[in-house]
Order: sequence, then structure tokens, then C-alpha cells
Amino acid sequence: MVGIKAYGGYVPRRRLPRSVIVENNGWFNSALKGYSKGERSMCNWDEDALTMAVEASRDCLDKTRPDDIKAIYLASTTMPFTDRQNSGVLGTALNLGQNMMTMDITSSQRAATSGLINALSVVQGTGGSALFAAGEHRRSQTANNNELMYGDGGAALLLGNEDVVAEYVGAGQVAVDFVDHYRGQNADFDYNWEERWIRDEGFMKIVPEAVQAALDNTGLAAGEIDHFAMPGTIRNIAGMVAKRCGFAAEAARDNLHSVMGEAGTAHSLVMLVDCLQDATPGQVIMVIGWGQGCDALVFRTTDKLPTMANRQGIKGHLAHRKEETNYNKFLAFNGLVQQDGGLRSETDKQTALTTLYRNREMVIGFVGGKCEQCGTVQYPKARICVNPNCGAINTQEDHKMAETSATIQSWTADNLTYAPDPPHHFGMVTFGEGGRMMADFTDVDEGGVAVGDEFRMVFRIKAADERRGFNKYFWKAAPKVQAS
Amino acid sequence: MASGIRDKVAILGMGCSKFGERWDCDAEDLIVEAYQEALADAGIETSQIDAAWFATAIEEVHVGKSGVPLSVALRLPNIPVTRVENFCASGTEAFRGAVYAVASGAADIALALGVEKLKDTGYGGLPQRGAGPLNDMVRANGSAPGGFAQLATAYSQKHGVDMDTVKKAIGSISVKSHANGAKNPKAHLRKEIPLETVLNAPMIAAPLGLFDCCGVSDGSAAAIVTTPEIAKSLGKSERITVKALQLAVSNGQESGHNSWDGSYFLTTRKASERAYKEAGIEKPREQISMFECHDCFSITEMVTMEDLYISNEGEAWRDVLDGFYNADGQVPCQIDGGLKCFGHPIGASGLRMLYEMYGQLLGRAGERQLQDPTFGMTHNLGGQPHQNVSSVAIIGREGA
Repeated sequence: MVGIKAYGGYVPRRRLPRSVIVENNGWFNSALKGYSKGERSMCNWDEDALTMAVEASRDCLDKTRPDDIKAIYLASTTMPFTDRQNSGVLGTALNLGQNMMTMDITSSQRAATSGLINALSVVQGTGGSALFAAGEHRRSQTANNNELMYGDGGAALLLGNEDVVAEYVGAGQVAVDFVDHYRGQNADFDYNWEERWIRDEGFMKIVPEAVQAALDNTGLAAGEIDHFAMPGTIRNIAGMVAKRCGFAAEAARDNLHSVMGEAGTAHSLVMLVDCLQDATPGQVIMVIGWGQGCDALVFRTTDKLPTMANRQGIKGHLAHRKEETNYNKFLAFNGLVQQDGGLRSETDKQTALTTLYRNREMVIGFVGGKCEQCGTVQYPKARICVNPNCGAINTQEDHKMAETSATIQSWTADNLTYAPDPPHHFGMVTFGEGGRMMADFTDVDEGGVAVGDEFRMVFRIKAADERRGFNKYFWKAAPKVQAS
Repeated sequence: MASGIRDKVAILGMGCSKFGERWDCDAEDLIVEAYQEALADAGIETSQIDAAWFATAIEEVHVGKSGVPLSVALRLPNIPVTRVENFCASGTEAFRGAVYAVASGAADIALALGVEKLKDTGYGGLPQRGAGPLNDMVRANGSAPGGFAQLATAYSQKHGVDMDTVKKAIGSISVKSHANGAKNPKAHLRKEIPLETVLNAPMIAAPLGLFDCCGVSDGSAAAIVTTPEIAKSLGKSERITVKALQLAVSNGQESGHNSWDGSYFLTTRKASERAYKEAGIEKPREQISMFECHDCFSITEMVTMEDLYISNEGEAWRDVLDGFYNADGQVPCQIDGGLKCFGHPIGASGLRMLYEMYGQLLGRAGERQLQDPTFGMTHNLGGQPHQNVSSVAIIGREGA
């Protein structure tokens, strides 16, 4: 039976209260004032759709790296590269090998659900498993309604044919070129049409059609749907659609608007993961993808669902929360203001692609070495062992470092170096299985670091080469995910 | 062990430019300023110099690469000029080159000159620069103070000295150096400062505040060396000879192996152990008359006091607070004001330190003159605590 073998989620730790946005922009657009409740998630300066997909995938794989993965998919409309396969970077970061299909899926808010239907069908045919990840980091103009509605986040699913926690029952799809918004090539922001039209002619007509197709294809009755997970920023839109479709009143799920906002094409999967964290075995979930038509996917949870309890998922990340009330920081992190970074920010950040290719496992995959002779783990992997009592030559095998603990040995908060979020914290971290490195920290607060703290390594943007449009990625130490 | 350098080479003359924000000077002006003094002190002509070593570290912001900038500035008569760079030990490396050339017999008289023109970058602190394509992908983003500040967290943790005490001790180090520098006409910063100013200064990289960081300045220093015999023949009756020259370079152990705890300089310990052996010094705390250590940051100085075996491990903070290293203390440290007051024109610093030790040994230090010093030691530390180059030089009266 094909379905979901594991799930993972990711929501950035920072949450911007909508009231802060309204305070800053209400003078200009008074219509915003009706939306001052709740908060939205916001990426740190070093996060994007790809890094969030990596984190969601790590959560999903829970330190394992299955050797039967035959495909890696990444869905997003905000991938950092237009022409460099982003899913390939995801696969390298996760150390999943290279004998597989990798594919980016994009261009619609429905990309993730359409891609998922496709991936489920492929994995059913090929056997083995597949990783399906999504991340979204949409930007919007300041004082635009979207700024309040959007949030950043990601989700990941491991698909397979055995030991599934949720069986894929089937789907219904409708393709309609209904343009409620669009973003043209090279455009930074979405352009939206009137909400009432989108509600009445869009959601209320197109979604029920896809739902009916899904019910027809699966042989299920509307009353059998326990959870109806539908994104949509129009107030109570999921409830209205659920009612029209004949679902039980309590089936329509919270769209997480009040706690994170809508994470674009990733949001269907974000809601699905959130739902799986709530669901009990034997429940039927319908998840909707909306965008120039509609996808409706149906899953039935199995008795293996409780094995997922150690994932942070969406709920764990939502609980790992820090309120950010500095609106200027939100603008800066999203590239919405031109800041003077000072002379220290002007160093050339060109990446030598030859060097990156040779060292891709070390840099993107965070693979170090382990000396076969003395057992010393070291980073980077080197030709000669670093152990002063060993010094053996050419004895190191690959050693994956990303999932081991990172303990702070020394640290500082640096006000002098250029950093997008000063003071820049960094320090020496020692890894649980051996090895160490002087590492950048991220997601830390001033006064929130102490020698001996146990951190975890995360995949982030190291520096943005704005001149050439290239993000440099590397691993940083961050506090462990825990409820605040 | 090899027989070492002890007493094989004498310093014939030294020179040092005024250090500071020399807005009106190019590197060439600074070079000539230091050289003229050294040449006059040596009492020789340029034509008598057989070879030269030229230290400059961040060549991309001032003179460019190679030995050519020195040769052109001094119109050297087409003699060998070697440019050396080894982080903050660059100046001492130039000295080592010249000294070894004389000791080997390859040169009778050799010149070591270091210069750095740092104030053409447009900002304070050392220039931000790349470290090569691979390093730039993985190296943590951090300034020099950021790297050295971490000594304080590790030191505090290891020795159970609370951070307030560490902060007070390192603050007292800066107070002491400013008191010394105020008496030095060649220093950049010549102002005494109270401890409160140090403790309340803006934070640069926790726990290092503004006054825990050395200045950044322009400067040059030079040494002319020869054999003791030639020095004697040139009429030098009081001769200062080289007792030890040691260098230790990290091999990745501190940055990559969990045996290093982050609270000390592995390289400085190795270099100083070898230097004392080379110089025949058995009890450094008693025998070293004075020293200039690499006080790029106050915490560097405090930790180095232990790594040079002047203070016992974990006790330098106590010696500092007891005034052991003050001008009137048992072993004065940074009697010229140190990097703290001179700033750190990288290529020049090692030679600037030797210039003070040399002057003190010859009784030329004026207001700062210490009583009858026998051995003067200098130390440089370049790079970061977890990966660095450390040099130790000891000079003294011939025969001591």
C-alpha cells in the first residue's frame, strides 16, 4: 500500500505579530487594521525555501538516511535558484546519495499537491521510497495585505509502499486557469485580484468539484472525511467550502492563520503534517491544494501513526517560538529596504564553483572524516589524521556530522564583523561523536548562549553573493528545537 | 637539539617610526623614517648591507607583494630582498631571516624591516578579507576580537574565575599599558585611562570592550644585525645579542582535535619552551627582566603571561591585579605601551617590540627606563587562538 511513511515540518522560530505590521503600515493602508490579530512566521535572514525544506526533511527522516530513496522532489514557488536544481542541493545536504531522480516542482500554489499525487504514483511503480519536500518564503510589498497573510514554512514527507503511517487512498483534480493572483517572471511580488470574486467564483465552485472527483475516485462519502485540510487566506473559507461539500462541521481544520500565516505552496503539506500530528489511526484526511484549479488528496491513517511521535512536525516548531516585534528587522531580512552594511560588508563573496564541486559533500553535506586507524572523527576530513598521537595518512572514511550534537566550548557575540543580524554569535563547538569546528551560530538571542550548551547543526545561507545572485550555504549551530 | 642562535648575532642598530594615524604618509615614508634611525644607530652606509628581509602582512591594502617595495623605497643596491608574511609574527619573521643569514655566514650585515599602512581601508580594525575559496565557504564569520574573546569564556570556565574578575583583570592590563604608553613619544595612544573607562566601554565582542582591543595604526620598525665580531670592529662596546628565536605554528590540532580546551595558546607554550632552552633560561619568572607580548587584545596578553610561563596556569589574573606586570612590578610587560598604545601595523609590530627591548637593554628608554635589565623577550601571536602562528624572541646583553 502506497502512502506516507514519515512526516516532518518546519516553521521559523521568529513570529511577527500582525499588530506590529498594522502599527507600522496602518497609516498608509487603513484596510490592514482589520487583520491585526495573531502572528506570522518569518524567516531569519539566513533562511529560504531550500533551507526550510532541508530542516523539514531532517525532521521527517529523524536522523536516518534510508538507502532505498529513488526520488527527491522539492516544491516551491520561491526557490533560491531558477536554474540550478534546488532539489539536488537538498539531496546533497541530506547525504542521500546520487543514484536517484531529483526534481523541482513549481509555478503554482498547487505545485506541492500536484507533485505529491505524481510522486505517490511514481513510487508505487518504482518501489522503494521517495522524499517529497516543500518550502516557501514569499515576499510581499510593504503595506500590502499579503504581508499579513503570508508566513514562512516547510514540510516533508517520506513516501513508500510499506509501513506507511497514512495510506494514500486517491485524489481528484481540476485544472482551471482561474487567476486569483500571479507573479510574472522576474517579478518580486504577487499581483492580486478581488477577494470576493476569488471566494465566490473560485473556491466555492472549483474546490467542491475537485472534492467530488476525489470522493468519486475513492468511493468515499463526504461524511467519512474526518479532517478537511484546506489552505486559504479568505476568512473562514475552509468552513464555507466544507459546508458546501457536506463535510461534518468539525472536519474543517484550522488553517494556522493565527499562528504562522500561509506558507504558499508548502502550506497544504504544512497543514497535512499538522493534521497527522492530531489524527488517530484509521482517520480519513482530505488535503486541498489550490491554484489555477484544485487538487484533493485523500489519506487514511494507519496504526503505525503513533510511531511518529518523536517528530517535531509543525506543532513542535510552532511551539519553538520567539516573538519579533522589530518591523524593520522583518523588512531587512526580506530585502525590502536598502541598508548600509558598511565597508565591512563589501568583501567579494564569489564562489569558486570548482572548489564547491570538489568539496560538495564537505560543505553542503557536512561530511567529515573518521580515521580508520585511531577512530578520531574530524572536520574537515583530511589526508593526514589530526590526532597528534596518530598522524596516519589516507585512513579517513566519510563521517556524517550533521545529526550529532554540538556542544559550545567557547563563544562570543561579535559587534565588529559584518552580520545581517548583529551581534554575530559564533564559537567553538565540539561534536558528540568527536571532532569540532569554529562555527557560526544562528537563531540565538543575546545572552542566550553559555559554555556547555548543547546545540544542533542546521543548514543555512552562509552569505549571499548579491552581485552574482548566488547563495552560499553551509552549516551553523543553533539552539535545539524546544517549546518556549 | 641544534646548537641554537644564542649569542651568534648582535643587533647593530634599530629604528622605529612614530606609530599612529599617519594620514600624511605612504608606506614609503614610514619605511624611510624607521630605516634612517636604524642606519644612524648602526653607523653604517646602505652599501654595507648584504641582504634584507621585508615584512608586510596585508599587502593588498598598501604596498603589494614581493621585496620590491622595500628595495625601491630604500634604493637598495640590487641586494637580495625577501618579503615575508606570517600573520602577526611577520616582523619577527623578517628579523629571523636576517639573523639566520648572518649566523650562517651568508651575510655580514643584514636588514630586517617591517611596515604596515593600515589606515587606508576607510574603517577601524583590521581589514575584512578573504581566506581562499574553500576557507571562505566554511570559515565562521567573525572579527579578530571575536576570535580572541572566546579565550575569555573558555578561561573563565576552565579555571573557575568568574567573568567579572576576568573582566577586571583584563581591564587592568589595558590600564597598565596606557600608563606606559603615555610616557612613550612614539606611541599612537598616549593617554592614561582609569579602569572604569575600560569596564564601561562599548562592547566589541563579548566580553571584550573597546579598550580591551589594541589600536590600528600605521608604522614601521627596522633592525640591522651582524656578528658580534663585526659589531665590535665597528666600535660597538655594549652589544645586545640574540638569545633565542623560536616559532611554533598550529597544525590543526586546536581547531580539529578535542584535546585543546580553548583557554590557552598551544603554540606559544611550544615556542616559549624552546626559546628558554635555546637561551639557557631555566626560571623565566625570575630571569626575564621584561617582555613585550602580543596584546592584540587584553585577554590575549593575560593568557600569554601563562603560556610564556611567567605566571602559573590559572593565576595570571591574580598577578595582574597584584601589579606584578606594571612598570614598577617584578616583570614589567608592555613597558612601551604595547600594541594597546602603538596599534598594530602588522609587519612592523614584532620589530617595534624588539626596538623597545633593545633600547631598554642599552639604557635609552628615558622616562620608561627599567633598572639594569638583562633579558628582554618579545612574543607575537598571529591568526586566531584555534589556529595561529606564535613567535618568541629573546635578546640580552652579550655574555648574559
